[in-house]
Amino acid sequence: MNLFFMNLLNGISLGMLLFLISIGLTIIFGVLGVLNFAHGSLYMLGAYFCFQSVTLFHNFWLALLVAPVVVALIGGTIEMALLRPVYGRDISVQLLLTFGILLVLDDAVRLIWGSGYHIVDAPPLLNGVVHLYGFTYPVYSLFILVMGPLIGMGLWGFFRFTLWGKKIRAASMDREMAAGIGIHVNRLFTGVFMFGTWLAGIGGALASPLRAVGPSMGEKIIIESFIVVVIGGLGSFPGAFVGALILGIINAYGAQFLPRMTMALPYILLAIILITKPHGLFAAKS
Amino acid sequence: MPRPENKRREIIIWIGTLVILGLLPLIINTYITMLITEILIMGIFALSFNLLFGYGGLLSFGHAAFFGVGGYVTAFLLINAFPSVPAALIMGSLAAMLAALVVGYFSVRLDEIYFAILTLGFGMMFYALVHQWRSVTGGSDGLTGIVLPPLGIAPFSVEISSPRAFYYIAAFFFLITAFILLKIVRSSFGLILLSIRENKERTTFTGINIRAYRLSAFVIAGLFAGLAGGLFALFDRMASPSMMHWTASAEPVLMTILGGAHVFLGPVAGAVLFFFIEHFITKFTDVWMIFLGAILIPLVIFFPEGVLGTLLAGKRRGRKIKNGEGPDDTHS
Repeated sequence: MNLFFMNLLNGISLGMLLFLISIGLTIIFGVLGVLNFAHGSLYMLGAYFCFQSVTLFHNFWLALLVAPVVVALIGGTIEMALLRPVYGRDISVQLLLTFGILLVLDDAVRLIWGSGYHIVDAPPLLNGVVHLYGFTYPVYSLFILVMGPLIGMGLWGFFRFTLWGKKIRAASMDREMAAGIGIHVNRLFTGVFMFGTWLAGIGGALASPLRAVGPSMGEKIIIESFIVVVIGGLGSFPGAFVGALILGIINAYGAQFLPRMTMALPYILLAIILITKPHGLFAAKS
Repeated sequence: MPRPENKRREIIIWIGTLVILGLLPLIINTYITMLITEILIMGIFALSFNLLFGYGGLLSFGHAAFFGVGGYVTAFLLINAFPSVPAALIMGSLAAMLAALVVGYFSVRLDEIYFAILTLGFGMMFYALVHQWRSVTGGSDGLTGIVLPPLGIAPFSVEISSPRAFYYIAAFFFLITAFILLKIVRSSFGLILLSIRENKERTTFTGINIRAYRLSAFVIAGLFAGLAGGLFALFDRMASPSMMHWTASAEPVLMTILGGAHVFLGPVAGAVLFFFIEHFITKFTDVWMIFLGAILIPLVIFFPEGVLGTLLAGKRRGRKIKNGEGPDDTHS
């Protein structure tokens, strides 16, 4: 029973991390219409920048603030220089372009930080364990577990109630119409892409004390977040939340009950959902 | 239908290719021979992929699954069942075709991103399968220790384990594959595939069963990917899970984009570029993907028709202007 409960917590905290990354991916897709293959690499950059800032400033909280901003700046550059020329082209062109960006970013990380793994310590405040119903659980995982829904709710409020949120939703529904009523679509797109990459960056920074920071962490997470956004429904907010939770929990329980199949489980889930609901659980009606 | 003069030119090109491929190993060293063998095998793989992508408009990100199935079945049969390279290769290709039939049945009803992600998912299922099924596939070590038996029956048999002999095997299958696929894309089947790529709805209205055509293309592509995988396992003397990873699926995609998806030999030109870039850069550094990416990005933005596609389009335009016709943007 304890193990069961612990895996539930593990699954949810993993799911929340996935949610942060997937939500950026899905916002970018929803507004810009680009499925960003390099999103996982930007997540990885977030983790590396966090590691770098911690070694520089010896302060995790400052690193958590700085790292995502640097990632977002890189994201803004990518959008303005590389993505802008390919809007409106075939979707596979955009997929391949961002794949090229992935190759560059991943190897740049190897060049700068080497192929080894780095450890980031959780901040002293969160660096302990709590006793819950007879088992111990790391405080940091609980922190992630709380951060996910908080950021999620913040985003929901932003899109629902603020002017900028409404502008973004308008532009995602109809680009030309939005431009017609005076929204600077170009500027908005850059903003949204930076925002999405900021989310990837903060996901990476938050993940860095949980997982070893290494050059292959982007490659793994991008596939998982693709699965999340596709089973949830591309561009769907609640879809990303539910998809991330399902995937996180399946991963956690898979390791307990079907250890030999854990690797295949996310893909089996993906196939079942896409075969039965070709556009995901929360597909946009159009 | 090619005009007669084009037909004669084409026959000359085929014979020229045959002669060049036949004589090449006599003038190059063993290392380059092996490099070209690899290019030919990956050329088969990329050509098979492009039947889906360039002609069918289906971006598969799980094509390595069939490459891997071909490789594993070929390797398994050679190690455990019978010492016959042709039989193992045929069985490997057929197994890959069967796998493609199952995966394709579910995948071809989806489009674009959903198709790409679902094929990626299926590909990774195969990857997970060979990774976990240790007793049959050797797990993460893969199937190692393939010994290439001589080809043919006793007094007339030939050794094929030398790099040069194996080069000829690869060249033989490459030519066969290129010939068959060229016939296919020029047939009415190929034209219908193109029209599905261009406009799915209109093609449906002409009464064509889109799913059946797509599935057929998927199965044919799987067959040749399996052949390439079988050859690759023989070439490497092993089959390993990395053959099936999604990053392996990305390779034919990259080659096709490098060379050009809308010219028949584009993927092969891409394979040549891919390996020569790798060969050239890994002399200096292991980190070579950054250069590949740095080439890929401007290519996708400025030359979406790839290197060969852009060159041929430039040539064609030049000829048309010379003949007093206007330039056009159609690609064949």
